[in-house]
Amino acid sequence: MDPQAAKMIGAGIACIGMGGAGVGVGTIFGHYLAAALRNPSAAQGQFGNLIFGFAVTEALGIFSLLIALLLLFAL
Amino acid sequence: MDPIHQFEIKTLFPIAHIGGVEIAFTNSALYMLIGLLVILLLMLGATGPRALVPGRLQAVAEISYEFVAGTLRSSAGTEGMKFFPLVFSLFMFILVLNVIGIIPYTFTVTSHIIITVSLAALVFFTVIIYGFWKNGLHFFKLFVPSGVPGYILPLVTFIEIMSFLSRPVSHSVRLFANMLAGHITLKVFGGFVTMLGALGFLGWLGAVLPLGLTVALTALELLVAFLQAYVFAILTCIYLNDAIHPGH
Repeated sequence: MDPQAAKMIGAGIACIGMGGAGVGVGTIFGHYLAAALRNPSAAQGQFGNLIFGFAVTEALGIFSLLIALLLLFAL
Repeated sequence: MDPIHQFEIKTLFPIAHIGGVEIAFTNSALYMLIGLLVILLLMLGATGPRALVPGRLQAVAEISYEFVAGTLRSSAGTEGMKFFPLVFSLFMFILVLNVIGIIPYTFTVTSHIIITVSLAALVFFTVIIYGFWKNGLHFFKLFVPSGVPGYILPLVTFIEIMSFLSRPVSHSVRLFANMLAGHITLKVFGGFVTMLGALGFLGWLGAVLPLGLTVALTALELLVAFLQAYVFAILTCIYLNDAIHPGH
């Protein structure tokens, strides 16, 4: 196979990992919203935890995007 | 229309050659100076009048101060407030540079990994040095959680050490990749507009759709610019909390 074509396919496959991060971020925000509607007065206090969980989850999706960018432009 | 072209570092004027390495004033350095100037003017202008009832500019400064101070106090306790200058500087520096980067034809300093790695390494080594200086060898308790059964303790300790060492990587790559990916997306959608616009009148009608999306994505980028600065600051607070209170 042409190495350039293999790189492109590899970058595409690497981007599948971002789907997992999408599921995770959606779970975090969905559960936050569900809990906030049950007890709105406690929601504001958990905002920091929400952003922390979002950041840690999102990092994993960003890593797979990084692999795709490395394959396309750097390697 | 190369979407990576916008991240190119250009030499504005060379300063010196040291051992075959060129030291130059680049557009990255220029935008960092502009960012510093913006923060300086904002803070000096805001704290100049020192009115009892704050005006608009003073309210901006007070809100940002209270915001960062509240984040730091809630995650690292009152002992962590001695690190307030560090956290506030990091937050304002990243926020201003991110927001400046959204303006068309400007350069996004935080979309270069060397900048974000430098900032993350600063936090990482601050945590290690302060942790050992304050707690001595008790700092190693960070890696040994209490209440874990003895037979899985080596495994848990190994995982804790690995997660501690991977912190600067994820801390820096998160900011860098978010800014990079956001600006590439904006550029790609901008490219769609010009491609469709070149087709003639029908193309102009079609180009309305990607143009609207570009505007919406710019709004999203503004949110991401603030969120990533906040995330960088809150993770710094959490890492500093480990240095101040290493026991689990």
